[in-house]
Amino acid sequence: MKAAKFDYTKTNDVAEALSVLTAEDGDSKVLAGSQSLGPMMNLRLARPDRLIDIRALDALKAVTQAPDHLFVGALVTHAAIEDGILPDVTRGMIQHVAAGIAYRAVRNRGTIGGSLVHADPAGDWPAALRALGAQIVIDGPAGTREAAIDTFQLGAFTVALEEDEIVRGVRVPALSGSARWGYHKICRKPGEFAESIGAYVCDPESGIARLVLAATEDAPLQLDTAAAAIAQNDGAKFDLDAARMALTETGETFDPFKLRMHAVALHRAVAQAYGA
Amino acid sequence: MSDETKTITLTVNGESVTKLVDARTHLVDFLRGELGLTGSHLGCEHGICGACSVRLDGDVVRGCLMLAIQADGASIETVEGLTASGEVADLQENFVERDALQCGFCTPGMLITAAELLREAAPKTREEIREFLSGNYCRCTGYHAIVDAVETTLTQRLEKSS
Repeated sequence: MKAAKFDYTKTNDVAEALSVLTAEDGDSKVLAGSQSLGPMMNLRLARPDRLIDIRALDALKAVTQAPDHLFVGALVTHAAIEDGILPDVTRGMIQHVAAGIAYRAVRNRGTIGGSLVHADPAGDWPAALRALGAQIVIDGPAGTREAAIDTFQLGAFTVALEEDEIVRGVRVPALSGSARWGYHKICRKPGEFAESIGAYVCDPESGIARLVLAATEDAPLQLDTAAAAIAQNDGAKFDLDAARMALTETGETFDPFKLRMHAVALHRAVAQAYGA
Repeated sequence: MSDETKTITLTVNGESVTKLVDARTHLVDFLRGELGLTGSHLGCEHGICGACSVRLDGDVVRGCLMLAIQADGASIETVEGLTASGEVADLQENFVERDALQCGFCTPGMLITAAELLREAAPKTREEIREFLSGNYCRCTGYHAIVDAVETTLTQRLEKSS
């Protein structure tokens, strides 16, 4: 199908983008890589009255390295991350994650900020950046604010972003040399939406241990108790039964098939982190 | 400036084109309908099948997932352009040689996607070729012959450059 009619505005000014977002009547949507909004508009699941094309906003393309993090502008594409153009502060994790997103033709256009804001439950960046404990940098009429990723995604396709705000970028914490990570996706075929995603990051130096399950019907699920235990045992006791137990202990209900699949995703992510 | 239509200027297969487009028109509808470049095909129109693959500023993209209006100022290459330049001549010959197409609907997208993989001229396993082409659907061949053609082309190019 084809997208329904809409007005189109392109701007190279953040303030103008923010004002257009709220000044006009009707429903406005921000357009970046168009790899998620594009299909939704073609299928008419989304019918915005106005699109604001932000690809010319240079402020959202910046990549800057600080001692404790890497700031990645919202418009940085998955392909740029996959190709290792960015400084590696995550011991290769974000490069690995980027390379596994959909297909190269999609990665050439799709953006890290778009993925976060679109907040598909099966999205890679919401899962991977949650495991890394990233900070979201948000521009709004009152200036710039930061939000922890843990509270950013409220549910499937829903984020804590006001109507007059856009994501400027994301601060990815730098991992130390002794940090470990694992990321495992279960897909029927390469590039397809994941049926389950397990992500694990542990950094003994900063004391961080985070285990995340994604591709449920909701926002990514963080399993802190399990993560702490895994870090303490160097992953040794985290077998499939332990993974199933950890999932059950979250209080979420999964059907038996999904529970099994999610347990496998978590188990494999942790196994990858510890080289098992 | 905002509206439902806009005049865009872009380069298509090396030629400059200026046209008035509807904002809602995606790139491949523009290429096919306005410019008569019917080599890029529309299959699923939601980014899954890869038949609409075109090259935007040197990189392969989904032609159905970007608006023509977004290509303002960009350089687009379609399978017609890649054919005319001879860039994929060896790949096309190998597609014929290996019977890597039957109905041919997916072929332009396959060629453009494979061209991106071949551009690196680095050794690839069949598994890597398959994964790279996994976003392009073929309903005729079962992929084996397509992977053969791409693998053969890569081998030939590596031999030539060594």
